Amino acid sequence: MNDALYARRKKVNALMFALTAACAAVASGTLLAILGYIAWKGASSISWAFLTNLPKPVGEHGGGIANAIVGSAKVVGLAGLMGIPVGVLGGVYLAEYGRGRYAFAVRYAADVMNGVPSIVVGLFAYALIVHPMKRFSALSGSVALAFIMVPIVLRNTEEFLRLVPGTIREAALALGVPRWKVTLLVILPTAGRGILTGALLALARVAGETAPLIFTAFGNRFADNGWLNPIATLPHTIFTYAISPYEDWHNQAWAAALILMIFVLLVNVTARVWLRPSSGSSH
Amino acid sequence: MDMMRPMPLPAVKEGAAPENAAIAMSVRDLRAGYGAAPVLKGVNLEIREKTVTAIIGPSGCGKSTLIRCLNRMHEAIPGATCDGEILLGGRNALAIDPVLLRREVGMVFQRPNPFPTMTIAQNVAAGLVLNGVRDRALIAETVEKSLRRAALWDEVKDKLDAPGVGLSGGQQQRLCIARALAVEPRVLLLDEPCSALDPIATGRIEELLIQIKDQLTVVIVTHNMQQAARVSEYTVFMLMGEMVEYGLTRRMFTQPADKRTEDYITGRFG
Amino acid sequence: MKRQFDADLEDLRARLLRMGGLCEEMVHYAVKVVVDRDDSHLSKVQEWERQVNGLHIDIDEVCLRLIALHQPAAGDLRLIAAAIKINSDLERVGDQAVNIAETGVYLLKEPKIKLGDIPRMVEVAAGMLKDSLDAFARGDVELARDVIRRDDEEDRLKSQTFNELVTLMQSDASAIQRGMDIILIARNLERIADHATNVAEDVIFMVLGKDIRHSAEKI
Repeated sequence: MNDALYARRKKVNALMFALTAACAAVASGTLLAILGYIAWKGASSISWAFLTNLPKPVGEHGGGIANAIVGSAKVVGLAGLMGIPVGVLGGVYLAEYGRGRYAFAVRYAADVMNGVPSIVVGLFAYALIVHPMKRFSALSGSVALAFIMVPIVLRNTEEFLRLVPGTIREAALALGVPRWKVTLLVILPTAGRGILTGALLALARVAGETAPLIFTAFGNRFADNGWLNPIATLPHTIFTYAISPYEDWHNQAWAAALILMIFVLLVNVTARVWLRPSSGSSH
Repeated sequence: MDMMRPMPLPAVKEGAAPENAAIAMSVRDLRAGYGAAPVLKGVNLEIREKTVTAIIGPSGCGKSTLIRCLNRMHEAIPGATCDGEILLGGRNALAIDPVLLRREVGMVFQRPNPFPTMTIAQNVAAGLVLNGVRDRALIAETVEKSLRRAALWDEVKDKLDAPGVGLSGGQQQRLCIARALAVEPRVLLLDEPCSALDPIATGRIEELLIQIKDQLTVVIVTHNMQQAARVSEYTVFMLMGEMVEYGLTRRMFTQPADKRTEDYITGRFG
Repeated sequence: MKRQFDADLEDLRARLLRMGGLCEEMVHYAVKVVVDRDDSHLSKVQEWERQVNGLHIDIDEVCLRLIALHQPAAGDLRLIAAAIKINSDLERVGDQAVNIAETGVYLLKEPKIKLGDIPRMVEVAAGMLKDSLDAFARGDVELARDVIRRDDEEDRLKSQTFNELVTLMQSDASAIQRGMDIILIARNLERIADHATNVAEDVIFMVLGKDIRHSAEKI
């Protein structure tokens, strides 16, 4: 081999390596930068009082975001209760029976829904619930978030169910177990870990959605008031405080953002740890 | 003189005469295929009760399709068709509820497939538990009995709560056999059960098949002719979707009636 | 599909046929010792005996090896089983031939005696031996059946010879020594015919898979 050619190839190789490494660093560095900046700006405002107090009127110190935290928990929780079962069962249908044209349509629709802007989903929930009820409510916020969750959970469930080897299904069928029991009692538990983490990640994703909540849950400066009234949520509170002219509120916005980020990070890390293959399998 | 008295003659065991055994399953004019291509072209045969029947033949001859028709597992593949008659104790297996059929005709597959989320005991009991049996004592007793029949009890009796997938390949396959035996089927089908295993594990499974044939009927598909010769009383030779010859193993391997059988058994093609 | 194993089986057949050929030669020259009263052939017969014994051991080894390594089935298995038995029968034929030659040498010390049916017995036995080996070489079931049918004649000739010689020995005590020798030679020839019959039965088993030994149905 030509020595000069070889030397040139080595140089190109090293150059490409450096280039790709730099891009990777930019990608991961962005996350670190965001986290770092938020932590820097928000950490000082976090205190136990901050987490447990209700917001105080402008100008007064000591306001907190307790209502937003509780509100997010309620809205996201109800959204999960509505969206996860629908998504999981839909995913079960697609994985078990999903070969015809109907299944193809469902799959296609779910994929498209994943791309619909969340504000459009919020408008839909507005038209569906807020307008007839003539009031903003936690319920409508949950419905909007559920609409966003369903296609995510559905496709994720389907993928994890398909990962279960067909031999498991065969083994269960060969024991004389009816098909629906095989799906529910054997396949679903086998894919359970993956499906659950998918649901968790979907929850973390919608926990940060702001746009649909603006005209469904609407936000509330006071303690929440049941499901049929407007309710405060973390992302919405961050939005409200960030665009206000008050510095105190700006600081609170940074702190609330940090809380939200910590929550999302925790869920992601938990999901990754859970999904790690156990050391006992002999595949 | 005492030394002149003849010694008592040692007893000679009479060879087994399975020709008179009752018929466990009979297949009449079985035609099956996937989509347009026919795989089985009118197969007729009879499976004798409490014997081991081996099905041999070159790749693509339809032996796996045949055995899967016997417990209707071929229906799990979309586009699969199956016509003809399969009689199990007088009822047509193709007409009754497949779930009920499979409780009487169990199957063990080529690659061991224990349920990954279940322990050893749970795996063996799966057939019972999934079908609604709740009696704990009965389940525990069945688990032990099935593991003994599968020659696995001694190796796992101290770790029944360990995950099923933690066992070696040969042990996993015996676990699958125990699991299939736990529902007390009349017929046990095995589709090349040893092809993924080493010779020692294979030998163990062959031994246990010879033991359990006293209690139920065994049908085994194998591409290993020596295994068929060692283990079975009856052999079925299939070629291109047809049943070429079927008879006592000891006769098929010493004087086959059909030249194609002779050529396959002596390795002239395959 | 030609297999390596087929070459091994050909080799086995060749060895057996060589052994058979040697036996035929041994019988021929052993008889010459008796009929021509010529002991020069004895050493030839003894040399061939050594070769036959060597082949006897070789062939058994080959058969065992083929069984262990190839797990033969069906026709191949029957060929090897037949080979083991034919091997044994041919070795006995060799022994019988040596006995004839050695008895012939003893006869040289005695005055000449009438051979009577001995030449006819030789013809039948040698013919049966040759034909049984041909039947093996060609897988010829009809020829094998024919060989088996001829055994009756050999038995009849032996009884005849026996009776004639007993009569002779009763009348002439000095003829007892050579009379007994002739009876022994007749016995040897009858045994050779029996072994040829065995070979023929083994050929039928090898080709048809039917075991006709000890059965009334021989046709």
